[in-house]
Amino acid sequence: MSTISRRKLITSGIAATAGVSGLVVAAKLAKRYGLIPPDSGGIYGPGETLTYAAQRLLTRHSMAREFSASQVSKKPFANEVAPLGEEFQRLQQSAFADWRLTLDGMVTRPATFTLAELKSFPRRSHITMIQCEEGWSYIAEWSGVPLSHILGLVGALPQVRYVVYRSFQTDWWESMDMADALHPQTLLTLGMNGGELPVPFGGPLRMRVPRQLGYKSLKYITRLTMTDGVKQFGKGLGSAEPEAGYSWYAGI
Amino acid sequence: MRKGAGVGTNPEMAEAARKRHTFLVRVTHWLMTAAFLALLVSGLELVVSHPRFYRGETGNVNTGTLFKIPIPSSRDLVPTGYGYVMPDQNGWSRYLHFQSAWVLVLTGLLYVAIGLFNGHFRRNLLPALVEISPKRLARSVIEHLRFKRPGTEEAWSYNVVQRMAYLVVIFVLFPMIIWTGLAMSPSFVSAVPGAVNILGGQQSARTLHFFLTLALVLFLLVHIFMVILAGFRSRMRAMITGRAAEPLERA
Repeated sequence: MSTISRRKLITSGIAATAGVSGLVVAAKLAKRYGLIPPDSGGIYGPGETLTYAAQRLLTRHSMAREFSASQVSKKPFANEVAPLGEEFQRLQQSAFADWRLTLDGMVTRPATFTLAELKSFPRRSHITMIQCEEGWSYIAEWSGVPLSHILGLVGALPQVRYVVYRSFQTDWWESMDMADALHPQTLLTLGMNGGELPVPFGGPLRMRVPRQLGYKSLKYITRLTMTDGVKQFGKGLGSAEPEAGYSWYAGI
Repeated sequence: MRKGAGVGTNPEMAEAARKRHTFLVRVTHWLMTAAFLALLVSGLELVVSHPRFYRGETGNVNTGTLFKIPIPSSRDLVPTGYGYVMPDQNGWSRYLHFQSAWVLVLTGLLYVAIGLFNGHFRRNLLPALVEISPKRLARSVIEHLRFKRPGTEEAWSYNVVQRMAYLVVIFVLFPMIIWTGLAMSPSFVSAVPGAVNILGGQQSARTLHFFLTLALVLFLLVHIFMVILAGFRSRMRAMITGRAAEPLERA
């Protein structure tokens, strides 16, 4: 009996030590390779971190599914938008001629673009699904300027790890990591289904992040800030969503 | 051979023979139970934000449905016919759902890996070939339908219907519900598009996920009913302490 329990004791001791040191090493590696999401604290932190780390290892370069023109939804659903206010109406009356997109933060050439300038940049379009966390979805053709092109124009510094993007609706702000920011399908969207982007769908300017749920595709974009960390924004959880109880990473 | 020959003679071996469930089976059973209940509660809560189901790739309040669940929704733009909007609980429900999914998947993988390795499935769950005859199956099904209380020998082994139900749950329903869950993830399917394309689209995956939930809930209810029928205290003791109620009599 004593030999067996001693052997068991030694093996479990080794296993426990290996397990704990394995976790420590894994945590260090995860941090180094940016596999820990900003909302990793709290009781749901372990699940969020596992999801984000696993998906970043699996999906860093993968492309969202694209569909054929015949699959475009005839009845897309714009979802509810809080009243946009008088200033937005004023901008809308002048066909958004005074809409500005400001780029700042860790960039060599901070800039402000008009919609006309954005429309003069190289465009890309894709037919992708937008999927709400509630469960509904639709497919549309989206066209816009790849975010990676804009980041190149303003000279995003090498230490940039997140792009913080803000909406005309100041309650809503978001951020994404560089895997999504540099992803070819991530668009500053100006058009939908061959026409202008309608206001209920986020016009004049919407961020499209097709590998994540709809709430990452923020409407009415006014400002992009490049940063090496999101601690100083809001409550430091990466976006307005975790502050409202929803996860920052929405690739599921 | 030595192990078999030692049963009953060596006190340690006799002790081992009274064991009904191994430590691994007991720990994974209760971890899966906790994870499944958390997934069930949070999953049903998520359905409340859109209690409409569709077939194919897409669906929303502007399109037709495959079916609707006649409950109020937690979103005011969902036409439910109720003049009442439930409180939004999706934030924590989503966090809890995916964290519990990790517990379920990792526990399940551990259970299946060790079970294949140590012969648990072959020994305890795979029905003997003779038992799969229509006559024997029919008899076992009839015994179940008559709510016949299992004999004492069943405190030590599973009957054929039970074995087949457990195998279906472990190797069909759970893998399918994990698969259909992953098929709803926009990021996962960007890496593995076949996972959703085979199912006929993302909304089909969501609908299947819901039906698989119903199948697992049905299993859970029957399972609990059978445990009560067989003797709630003795079966619970076996799954908690590992020991069966009656000592094993070996002729």
